[in-house]
Amino acid sequence: MRRLLFILPAALFVAVAVYFHLALNPDRDPQLLPSALIDKPAPAFQLAGLDGAPGLALDAFKGQVVLINFFASWCVPCRDEHPVLMGLEKQIGVPLYGIAYKDKPADTEHFLKELGDPYRAIGVDQSGRTAIDFGVYGVPETYVIDKEGRIRKRFVGPLSESDIARELLPLVRQLQHS
Amino acid sequence: MTKILALLLLILLAPAALAVEPSERLADPVLEARARALSEQLRCLVCQNETIDESDAPLAHDLRVLLRQRIAAGDSDSQAVKFITDRYGDFVLLKPPVEPATYVLWFGPIAVLALAAGGALLYLHRRQVAAPAPPLSAAERRQLERLMKEGEG
Repeated sequence: MRRLLFILPAALFVAVAVYFHLALNPDRDPQLLPSALIDKPAPAFQLAGLDGAPGLALDAFKGQVVLINFFASWCVPCRDEHPVLMGLEKQIGVPLYGIAYKDKPADTEHFLKELGDPYRAIGVDQSGRTAIDFGVYGVPETYVIDKEGRIRKRFVGPLSESDIARELLPLVRQLQHS
Repeated sequence: MTKILALLLLILLAPAALAVEPSERLADPVLEARARALSEQLRCLVCQNETIDESDAPLAHDLRVLLRQRIAAGDSDSQAVKFITDRYGDFVLLKPPVEPATYVLWFGPIAVLALAAGGALLYLHRRQVAAPAPPLSAAERRQLERLMKEGEG
């Protein structure tokens, strides 16, 4: 018993050291939040499209794995992410849809004309209400929706090649075969 | 000089700027007061150490308006807050709920304090009950006297 008491400070030190090692990991961004909606049904939405284009509704995705990317022409990180999105559909074989967050349709169109349009279809969420239903707190955010319409994963910030290789691709493969 | 002082005083006395814009306020003062109280408990997700009541971020504005819509539509306080936490999780609550995942957060400091207090009591108790020193032997007394004399000389 006494001997155990002597080990206690060392054990406490190890516990604290492990905690700090994990908490101070430079790859971990403490401001990133887990989504509250993981494994829950994606919120239904019905959004108008850009000028002349058809809009976007959640019901249309039933039975397939899809990606939904929230973006805006005024969002600088979205510009960084854009080249990655351009090749994404081909790379992972899953349709990519866009939701333009609090953006004027004319600006969105200009943005896509300038950089290219990686999306199957785009919904215009000028009020930002659909984004709030998804729990979006900063564009860009990308959601993976499974065949049953549940949110399975959220990426906050620009998708990187390593996000795709390490997390997105394995998840999408698994969801497609389930 | 007095002008500068007056200016400084004004700046110091100015109430903290509030982000709630007049256009956002509800006409009914009772509902508005409820909305204010709730929005002071909700974290802004963009600037994560501010409440949505203080924050100028557009998302904070949207959430303030949404909160007021829910309250105007007849939601209770807890329903209105649940509407937000359903979307953004418990992270938006500046006062986290007491649940198994947050026990360490809520009770950890008390546990550490109790542990320290226990240790201190044990230590003090042991010190007190330590047996009184035995009286000096004849040889020790002689040595002491010699030492005392050396000190005087």
